[in-house]
Amino acid sequence: MLRLEKRPTPSKFWLYATPPVAVILTMIAGGILFAAMGKNPFEVIRTIFWDPLFGEFAFYLRGQLLVKAGPLILIAIGLALGFRAGIWNIGAEGQYIMGAIVGAGVGLAVFPTESRWIFPVMVIAGAFGGWVWAMIPAILKTRFNTNEILVSLMLVYVAETILAKASTGFLKNPEGMGFPGSRNFSSYPAAQNSFIYEPLGLHWGGVAALVTAVLAYILLTRHQAGFQIRLAGQAPRAARFHGVSPARLVVLCMGISGALAGLAGMFEVTGPAGQISIDFNTGYGFTAIIVAFLGRLNPLGIVLAGFLMALTYVGGEMASTNLGLPDAAIQVFQGMLLFFLLAVDVLTNYRFRLAVGAH
Amino acid sequence: MKRRNLLATAAMGLLLASGGAFAQGMDKVKACFVYVGPIGDGGWTFQHHQGALAVQEAYGDKVEIQWQENVPEGADAERVLTQMALGGCNIIFTTSFGYMDATNAIAAKFPDVKFEHATGYKREHPNVSTYNARFYEGRAVQGHIAGKMTKTNKIGYIASFPIPEVIMGINSYYLHAKKANPNVELSIVWAFTWFDPAKEADAAKALIDQGVDVIASHTDSTAPLAEAAKTNGAVIGFGQASDMAIPEYMPTPRVSSIIDNWAPYYVKRVGELMDGTYAQVDSWAGIKEGEVEIGMITDAVPEEVKAEAEAMRDAIAAGTYHPFTGPINKQDGSPWLAEGATAPDGDLLGMNFYVEGIVGDIPQ
Amino acid sequence: MDFGGINPVILIATLMASAVPILLAALGETVVERAGVLNLGVEGMMVIGALGGFIVAVQTGSPVLGFIGGALAGAVLSLIFAALTQVFLANQVATGLALTLFGLGVSSLGGQGYNGIKPPPTEQLLPDALADLPVVGPIFFGHDWVVYFSIAMTAVLWWVLKATRVGLIIRAVGESHEAAHALGYKVNRIRLMCIAFGGAMAGMGGAYVSLARVPQWVDGITAGAGWIALAIVVFASWRPWRVLIGAYLFGGITVLQLNLQVAGSVIPVEYLSMAPYLITILVLVIMSAGRKANGAPAALGQNFHASR
Repeated sequence: MLRLEKRPTPSKFWLYATPPVAVILTMIAGGILFAAMGKNPFEVIRTIFWDPLFGEFAFYLRGQLLVKAGPLILIAIGLALGFRAGIWNIGAEGQYIMGAIVGAGVGLAVFPTESRWIFPVMVIAGAFGGWVWAMIPAILKTRFNTNEILVSLMLVYVAETILAKASTGFLKNPEGMGFPGSRNFSSYPAAQNSFIYEPLGLHWGGVAALVTAVLAYILLTRHQAGFQIRLAGQAPRAARFHGVSPARLVVLCMGISGALAGLAGMFEVTGPAGQISIDFNTGYGFTAIIVAFLGRLNPLGIVLAGFLMALTYVGGEMASTNLGLPDAAIQVFQGMLLFFLLAVDVLTNYRFRLAVGAH
Repeated sequence: MKRRNLLATAAMGLLLASGGAFAQGMDKVKACFVYVGPIGDGGWTFQHHQGALAVQEAYGDKVEIQWQENVPEGADAERVLTQMALGGCNIIFTTSFGYMDATNAIAAKFPDVKFEHATGYKREHPNVSTYNARFYEGRAVQGHIAGKMTKTNKIGYIASFPIPEVIMGINSYYLHAKKANPNVELSIVWAFTWFDPAKEADAAKALIDQGVDVIASHTDSTAPLAEAAKTNGAVIGFGQASDMAIPEYMPTPRVSSIIDNWAPYYVKRVGELMDGTYAQVDSWAGIKEGEVEIGMITDAVPEEVKAEAEAMRDAIAAGTYHPFTGPINKQDGSPWLAEGATAPDGDLLGMNFYVEGIVGDIPQ
Repeated sequence: MDFGGINPVILIATLMASAVPILLAALGETVVERAGVLNLGVEGMMVIGALGGFIVAVQTGSPVLGFIGGALAGAVLSLIFAALTQVFLANQVATGLALTLFGLGVSSLGGQGYNGIKPPPTEQLLPDALADLPVVGPIFFGHDWVVYFSIAMTAVLWWVLKATRVGLIIRAVGESHEAAHALGYKVNRIRLMCIAFGGAMAGMGGAYVSLARVPQWVDGITAGAGWIALAIVVFASWRPWRVLIGAYLFGGITVLQLNLQVAGSVIPVEYLSMAPYLITILVLVIMSAGRKANGAPAALGQNFHASR
């Protein structure tokens, strides 16, 4: 019988080899699924993984990868800090929404003033909106010992209601003939998050995501706070002996993740999305949780995981449109990919051994 | 259109398009559809997809259809539209209000592709048309049936979001119920969702528990009908978006329905593209054009009420009756339409007030 | 007996039914989490249960078989989670979220062709003579069997977790898997069974949505109920009776806010629709204030590997 045996040290080889192995396994399993649905599996797999990068329209789609990955990376890095410290912010989606509302609100409040200061102020406002929304569960946790999973999750639904109210009420476009939705930022250059370099899909949100990844990496590996975060997650008791205040850590981690989610929302609403609308949020806050773990809670890993997720979205969409696959089949495929990535990861820290007899 | 010169080509195309590049026909058309939900939603998206299939049916191998489900609004919509345009779609139907800005933005880059946006009002480029259906016409017929059928004089409306489309429906429904039965009272529940079957069922239950016996809904699922079905005929309702003619729900609780029938419009537009008569339009069609259909009125409705409802439907179709015909006052008592005046489309499209007699406030 | 046009008896009777999906799923997740496993895939298991239950009920004509089918479907899906987290030691949070994605996709694929069908009805259990009694009738006697089942399961789980050997083992595994292992318990096998149980309960909860609450099948029919169930488990500090209270509180406020709207309440609608979430937070704050521990199983979310 096979049994798992812990490696003395994590395997360097498998650390890098597991993602490709998982992708190959997914291609096989997914191929069987697509074949069962009457599609040519090779064509589907090529459309998902190859075409967005090197296909006929890759000149456009490559840029879209960063557009899609940017918010995921930005949110996931914030979440990863908290997850490492054992702080469970499940409500990034709500913080993302509030960042968008506050950031956009500041910009729309001064419409149509043109000033180079507007956008930077909006960026701060967006981060602030997300930060405040994350501070609610943080402070309730430190003051009243309330579980942050529940509070942050419930606040997502509250944020969604506020979003509906914003788009049909206080942020509604006064020239929108009564229709829901705010003004579109594409018609307000001073407050717009426009592309810096379109072929790469690079806008300020993408810049922020990549810069944050580097900063988070430095924080975690070089800085005292990073050490405290890792210690608190691995050995809470030892952390306390080292003078780490759990309350401060909660406020710090929730605050950072909230602010980053808020930033992501702000960059999204002023750029790719363009406006506040009832259905502005599309689940980045939840998907980012998966991205954080796929990236093994490591900022650089998260960047790669973010791009991989983005690839399955963009490629999956192409497969769906061009080959007539139901969107649900793509969801199943994405689910499989995640399963394989998570399962194969075991080889980094363990190896399979043939065990003789019962244990 | 290749690679890096995308933008340059787009700019050139804009010049060409303004010169009337619409006027030649096509042998083969690729028609593409962008959906906001899954085809299996049984309501809004399902009906659009029926329209897409009708196009295929009508033109056989002269058309190729493509679609994409579950497309979020904003950046994702822009990407899907770009992919479709790059991929050779000749005409793209974007079937949700939220795609308005994305549709116009991408249309600017692909002047040779025709864009058709449902329920919006922006046509910033010559290759963007808009289309919508006059659902309020159907609401008028429903309102009449509701007013005649209620025994408790309490009728209900499950609303989604406070947008003109929904408010228009509420007003039309109420006005005609009131006309048929002056004692009628309308209760409105805002669900703040387009689709949440359990919540819709709860909303219907709340209405029923407080004595409402006719329920109309502007959310997408059949849950309110299912809830009404539990009352063994005491409460009736209507199919919404699709016919919802489930045999077990007839003759009650489903006594009739409003059907969004996009097929005539889709077939017509693709046909025009083929024969070269295609032109930019702002289409708002209703019962007359077959875009809004009144589903079969069942035997649960007395013969004479059924006849009146059908007469109203026919009058609307013939253009002799407009559901918003004055005198109508706004909720605060201020006059809106004078005696005999009919509502201008602009007023309807931006409607943000209740008519006189409706109790409660629109969430703002 | 009306308060502002709202009849409290009907309100209570309604909330008892509308809370069933959340209650069943949350009870299942309580057991899973008491065993130290955090499965965030409740929504996925519910929706697959909703479809599985619907298909079985429609094909066999029996709603009871439907509920069993729903439970089986949920349990089968949960086994994927169990395999990944217990055998391959994958991260539980990420695996749970992936399970939701997968479950939604599979249910949408499998449900094609089941739109617009009415399933066989799940009828009131007790005779009308009882159900029509004033006040107590609607509240105690007017429900279908699943409502009673959900309450009975609350009691059973409370008893099992508190007073039986099985409960003791589950709790031991959840508090300290090292110690449980040292005592000779097969930690991963016990957790696997708990996960399957949780999947079955979530599947049944989902089946209640598609067979009794809504009755129909449409894509994504559970519309986020699984997330609420997860929150209720935390709300309840992992105790069955508090799960019931939490589910009824949440369900009650949801029903109440809709009733208030119908009755023409002066409170603006948007505040009413936020109320279920805000009041749940508020009650949790009041309940947790002053207490040191929040009752979370110590080993929650941590995988276990027997090194020898």
